[in-house]
Amino acid sequence: MIVMVGLPARGKTYISKKMTRYLNWIGVTTKVFNVGQYRRDATRIYNSFEFFRPDNTEAMKIRKACAITALKDVCDYFTKELGQVVVFDATNTTAERRELILSFAKENGYKVFFVESICDDPDIIEENIKQVKLSSPDYVGCDKEEAVADFLKRIECYKQTYVPLDDDKDRSLSYIKIFNVGSRYLVNRVQDHIQSRIVYYLMNIHVTPRSIYLCRHGESELNLTGRIGGDSGLSSRGAQFASALGTYLRGQCISDLKVWTSHMKRTIQTAEALGVQYEQWKALNEIDAGVCEEMTYEEIQENYPEEFALRDQDKYRYRYPRGESYEDLVQRLEPVIMELERQENVLVICHQAVMRCLLAYFLDKSAGELPYLKCPLHTVLKLTPVAYGCKVESVFLNIEAVNTHRDKPVNVDVDRDPAEALETVPDHI
Amino acid sequence: MLDNDEFRLETSPRELTQNPLRKIWMPCVNEHIAHRRVCMTNCPTVIVTVGLPARGKTYISKKLTRYLNWIGVPTKEFNVGQYRRECLKIYKSFEFFRPDNEEGLKIRRQCATAALNDVRQYLSVEGGQVAVFDATNTTRERRGTIVKFAEQNGYKVFFVESVCEDPDVIAQNIVQVKLGSPDYIHCDTEEAIEDFMKRIKCYESSYQPLDEVLDRDLSYIKIMDVGRRYLVNRVMDHIQSRIVYYLMNIHITPRSIYLCRHGESDLNIKGRIGGDSGLSTRGQEFAKSLRKFIQDQDIKDLKVWTSQMKRTIQTAECLGVPYEQWKSLNEIDAGVCEEMMYEEIQEHYPLEFAMRDQDKYRYRYPKGESYEDLVQRLEPVIMELERQKNILVVCHQAVMRCLLAYFLDKTADELPYLKCPLHTVLKLTPMAYGCKVESVYLGIDSVNTHRDRPENVTVQRSTEDALETVPAHF
Repeated sequence: MIVMVGLPARGKTYISKKMTRYLNWIGVTTKVFNVGQYRRDATRIYNSFEFFRPDNTEAMKIRKACAITALKDVCDYFTKELGQVVVFDATNTTAERRELILSFAKENGYKVFFVESICDDPDIIEENIKQVKLSSPDYVGCDKEEAVADFLKRIECYKQTYVPLDDDKDRSLSYIKIFNVGSRYLVNRVQDHIQSRIVYYLMNIHVTPRSIYLCRHGESELNLTGRIGGDSGLSSRGAQFASALGTYLRGQCISDLKVWTSHMKRTIQTAEALGVQYEQWKALNEIDAGVCEEMTYEEIQENYPEEFALRDQDKYRYRYPRGESYEDLVQRLEPVIMELERQENVLVICHQAVMRCLLAYFLDKSAGELPYLKCPLHTVLKLTPVAYGCKVESVFLNIEAVNTHRDKPVNVDVDRDPAEALETVPDHI
Repeated sequence: MLDNDEFRLETSPRELTQNPLRKIWMPCVNEHIAHRRVCMTNCPTVIVTVGLPARGKTYISKKLTRYLNWIGVPTKEFNVGQYRRECLKIYKSFEFFRPDNEEGLKIRRQCATAALNDVRQYLSVEGGQVAVFDATNTTRERRGTIVKFAEQNGYKVFFVESVCEDPDVIAQNIVQVKLGSPDYIHCDTEEAIEDFMKRIKCYESSYQPLDEVLDRDLSYIKIMDVGRRYLVNRVMDHIQSRIVYYLMNIHITPRSIYLCRHGESDLNIKGRIGGDSGLSTRGQEFAKSLRKFIQDQDIKDLKVWTSQMKRTIQTAECLGVPYEQWKSLNEIDAGVCEEMMYEEIQEHYPLEFAMRDQDKYRYRYPKGESYEDLVQRLEPVIMELERQKNILVVCHQAVMRCLLAYFLDKTADELPYLKCPLHTVLKLTPMAYGCKVESVYLGIDSVNTHRDRPENVTVQRSTEDALETVPAHF
């Protein structure tokens, strides 16, 4: 159990959602339990900050009941849904409340790791309120200034009883304290691998506005002939795309854009056309199709019909003989994601399967959806973090290209007809 | 490194050529792209240790240096105590370190300056990336000098402070590394300990730990109580982030790491590389012996890891204990040469074969991997090995060479030729500043799979010259 701690507008929900997205992406089944949501379901209508006054005994009863209901659902998630990690997103600002959670965890044999966010910078708090509080269901229909005033009074209610994690009294607990959006961290008693990964992740994320551009290499010679994998060069349309990409980026006027490619010729050729420095990452190489490298889907069906069917049955976990699976790809891309989190403006020129994995991370897509995400050639996706998620702009750079997207066919049985297997193969030469 | 930061308005992209050794695509002009997997830093970094004597600074310095070099970041440590020993020649007593010993202070300041000059030489002239400045650096004044030095030279500074008040840990420290120090060569144990404790006292009065407020603009990690607690301030870049992650994962709890290869496989017997074959009869015998060996070792809570290849899994299955499969522990991918004998590689790819002998670390098989790639792939394994306690890793020749190179601080040149024979277990036990190695051959015969570097590595060499060092096989 990861337990958030902190006054309102300290980024707890932002961290909760982001961390959950990351953990799920690397294959650790995680879920957020936001107690505020339970409160909204219980009270239906939000009147004002008065609900949160520490002397409002009626409200206190409701709030405690909500926390307990949430904890019960946590239990169900672990036992019935076999979840591995729970993020318990609430203020948890009193020692008493944290003690309640610790007892609950102890009874059930769960480990607890606290994540406390401390911030006293009024600008950050104000930005926070603007970004996510004003649009909260609590303030629907309120005038902006009213909402801000009410929310600030809400924060005051918590301040009176806020007891931060204490260096001395809480020295046997496992926790990380994040100060002022990451300029400083205090880490205490990391117990295991997953907590160590969580700490590393939290220490690498930032909130500085920036954009991430994802695209594939320009159309390649092998793309034209419907062959997968390989290490071919750009077709003439692919070269045109590379040129158009340069024009597009200059138009975006991005400060300090980093450009990353894989080690494969087609992404490097694309980057070369931009006329800027770029960095090659082997980890960005396309999925290794093993024995199926450089084959067309028709040839795969002819030579390995059973493999072809198995792939359609579970495209995420299926590993090509002597090759990789999407699942392997995610593991290989994790350091890329970690570095993307550290960076600011970045353009990643990669490949179809790789782009699907990266996109799934940013847009919180499941393992089932990931291998079927649409990442067409000659299209740039501009991702801009906003509030709790990511805004996506898709820009087709107007250079024709083959379609390389193969949907899941209706029949995925190993004894299906070749026609059924090849039903969704896109056109090629 | 491409110097050109401006947009070049060429109409056509530069031609690409693939470097024949590393299989990296580069523009074929007279420019040199300095290729690095990840651009770790833009400017060199000085890591500065801070702390009283016997707080593990040198232990951390050496371990960190070993790790950074292994992942490909040229790093060197500069131990100021070493400079002092060279200057003084003979260590008399703790009196040298008394804060009122003017002569002593002068010498110590000179030593620090000499060390900083060498740091500058290493980072600005010799192409080093990281310098670890290992000294007590316990006063704000001394740290200020270092920060100024770094500013003047365009280096980043990252402090690593070790704070510990546990008398048992300190005593253990003194016994492990101080008693064996050149300073105490002529002393008996009790004398040495007593003198060292007085030495620590000399530093205590002037010790100014990194302060949350006064030092809030510095980049540092404060390690408290041997890793129970960390305070991390202003991590500036990727390399600092990796260093923090590494420091937070290492521990000093005594334990042993057992490394071995899978039992002899069917392809081993035929002299073929790679593939995914099963164990030969002798390989199975080895697995049984391994089981007995492990039982006799009577190891507490032993974890067992294998790759996802049949031969390591078959070996582990014989042990009768739970084991974890790691794809990252798979043998190096020999690409187009998979399942070939060396004779066949020479026949079909004589050029490749020669280039591999020229630079076995960086050489990448066509459509395969290099040792350099292997190290990158194994880094998460090393990180997790650091977190673990007693562990047995059943892996493969090239993989084992990489892991061994990390633990024994071998260079990139030595790494691909480390001897990792079949049916032999290496027991590594961390000790003082390094690792004790015990090699245990389990008495089951097997083929030799070690191919030394031949004398002639030119591409025009004769077949005989190329195959000179190929071990015997069926």
